[in-house]
Amino acid sequence: MSDESALLREPWFDFGRQREAGKFGIWVFLASETLFFGALMLTYTVCRIEHPEAFAAAGRETNIWYGTINTAVLLTSSLTMAVAAQASEQSARLRRLVLSCLLLTAMLGLAFIAIKGFEYKEDIDKHLVPGAEFALPQRGAELFYGFYWLVTGVHAIHLSIGIALVSRLFWVLLRRELPAKDNPEIEVTALYWHLVDIVWIFLYPLIYLPGRAS
Amino acid sequence: MTDALLAGELPLPPHPDYLRDGSTVWSWLATTDHKRIAILYAVTITVFFFLGGAAITAVRLELFEPNGWLLTSDTYNKLFSFHGIIMVWFFLVPSIPNTFGNFLLPLMIGAPDVAFPRLNLFSWYLTIAAGAFTVYALVAGGVDTGWTFYTPYSSMFSNTHVFAAAAGVFVVGFASIATGVNFIATTHMLRAPGMTWFRLPLFVWAVYATSLIMVLATPVLAISLLLVIAERVLGLPIFDPARGGDPILFQHLFWFYSHPAVYIMVLPAMGVVSEIIPCFARRRIFGYDFMVYAMLAIAGIGFFVWGHHMFVSGQSALASLVFSFLSFIIAVPSAIKVFNWTASLYRGQISFESPMLYALGFVGLFTTGGLSGLFLASIPVDIHVTDTYFVVAHFHYIMVGGSVSAFFAGLHFWWPKVTGKLYPESWAKFAAILMYAGFNMTFLPQFFAGYLGMPRRYHTYPAEFQIYNVMSSAGAAVLAVAYLLPLGYLGWSLFYGGKAAKNPWGATGLEWTATSPPPPKNFDRQPRVDRGPYDYHAQGMSAGTDPPEMQSARDTR
Repeated sequence: MSDESALLREPWFDFGRQREAGKFGIWVFLASETLFFGALMLTYTVCRIEHPEAFAAAGRETNIWYGTINTAVLLTSSLTMAVAAQASEQSARLRRLVLSCLLLTAMLGLAFIAIKGFEYKEDIDKHLVPGAEFALPQRGAELFYGFYWLVTGVHAIHLSIGIALVSRLFWVLLRRELPAKDNPEIEVTALYWHLVDIVWIFLYPLIYLPGRAS
Repeated sequence: MTDALLAGELPLPPHPDYLRDGSTVWSWLATTDHKRIAILYAVTITVFFFLGGAAITAVRLELFEPNGWLLTSDTYNKLFSFHGIIMVWFFLVPSIPNTFGNFLLPLMIGAPDVAFPRLNLFSWYLTIAAGAFTVYALVAGGVDTGWTFYTPYSSMFSNTHVFAAAAGVFVVGFASIATGVNFIATTHMLRAPGMTWFRLPLFVWAVYATSLIMVLATPVLAISLLLVIAERVLGLPIFDPARGGDPILFQHLFWFYSHPAVYIMVLPAMGVVSEIIPCFARRRIFGYDFMVYAMLAIAGIGFFVWGHHMFVSGQSALASLVFSFLSFIIAVPSAIKVFNWTASLYRGQISFESPMLYALGFVGLFTTGGLSGLFLASIPVDIHVTDTYFVVAHFHYIMVGGSVSAFFAGLHFWWPKVTGKLYPESWAKFAAILMYAGFNMTFLPQFFAGYLGMPRRYHTYPAEFQIYNVMSSAGAAVLAVAYLLPLGYLGWSLFYGGKAAKNPWGATGLEWTATSPPPPKNFDRQPRVDRGPYDYHAQGMSAGTDPPEMQSARDTR
């Protein structure tokens, strides 16, 4: 098993164990990330309970088209990422599939950020940045946009880290520095990527749906 | 004959220990050996300890006189803030987990290293970067918010370097999370054959429980500081009441981390003491299973008591009641531990070497600190003594009397293993007793001053409190000497100390089966474990003073 010996790292003697530890470690880290975003969502919830009308009014100002398209983009990227992870486990002959799916994942991630950029531009033009110029009169609407800028920013940073990880993986595999078959980094990166997606799935209703339902 | 030959094993070719395995600076800065990373942390936190100590020395000098003879109130605020921030996040939180935890966790479970060695090194670099931010905040002019960064003061009114200080704490939080993830994965995935969960030394359990808290609480601290930074830099209104924000929300987020953080600081200390007391009483630990459950209970319940920091914040009476009740509940597992340490001494063959002196000091001071915590958990008393020196004395009994004593206990206990050198025992005993005396001299008067109403965080005070403050400052001078002494004689031992054998204390842990200092990969052969961690005598037998192997020969006769 030359593939496995190329992937074996200190301090492990057994590749299966190393793989399992990598997965276990990233799950523990994701638990930590959950608390990170959880604290932000708690902040949102507290503010929204204090200012329900302002949040509804502020939510109506968001551009649901950008949000929805981005949700679709991100979910598709999760699909390509999952295909890459599965293909790497299946067979060494699927190397090309792994590579193309990784590339596609990174491109979709970049597309998300590009679309987000257009959305930010529009928000700035509509004076939706908290501060003296803020457009909405309702008390508490600024809180919504405080949350909006912070959480989408933090999410974009997470996504950028994900894009960097996936691109690096693509490059390393492309140059055959590491084998694609059973490479534990693919699955670990995939788990991180899916977390970033799931966070977005929670953010979508918090940001785009207030004031639009009913 | 060597031990290996006695055990019927073939001798292995000699190889250098971890300290001599590469001597360039780069071999240290790029190391992934958990033992070397532990040393890197030890040096780092020692520097931070004395930085934080220097700041508080000036504060104690100032409080010698009631009228503010030395410092302006601005400087005073900046000094105690720096002291708190440095001591909490750059000394206490990383102290035992990142030094002894790093060094001992793999050795104690029979592993060659931690699960993710490169992540381990990365976490040290994060700590250094974070320290640079926070020290910059001091050098650039200081920060005056106190270590708690309470809003709206920190977000709207303070014109000091809140950003740099908060950014430092934010970054060191990531180091904390990375270490926590690493230790949890190590404990789960790298235990030697036969090292079952209930054969783990209590120190490993303590580090494991601590890591759980680090991983689950630290991200919330990150968010609370991120929100403060966002408010200061970007003008977001989250904590600004004028724009609909809620400053109390900060306290909830902050204490959701910072109360569990108390247990991040004290659980590892409990682990250290649980190793030392059985060794110097030649006794199995009393109630091993309940020691484990108690630690996990502390880690779990610790997440649900944060509101007791906020009894006077205007939270609802119901919330206060629930938090008060839960704060009483968490005293139960802590008490279980104190009783079990004491019961472990019963019918032991106790000897008072320096680690044991520090450990027994821990038990006494932790108990005092814990009991005064119950005063604060009851709402009527807490309202009376909120923000007084009573609170200061209480948490210093836990953090300094407890955790720092245990840190020194562990330092002396494992020093021969870490460095391969023996230190002068009589000096160490002297320092241990001096530290205990100096500590009580410093902080016991603060209980009285606080109960009589002396508020914390002011640089002047009514003259009637001067007697307590003079005692306290005098005690602090004694304490400072007691902290500097080990630096002297331990440093001396590095060069002139006698060579330490594998197991100078006759202790039972796996770490003592490796050479002193251990080789780079810890064990020449994969250890196999077939018994519990505190096998000082056969089950049901009484303690003896013989080394463990002779003891078991006697007991099985």
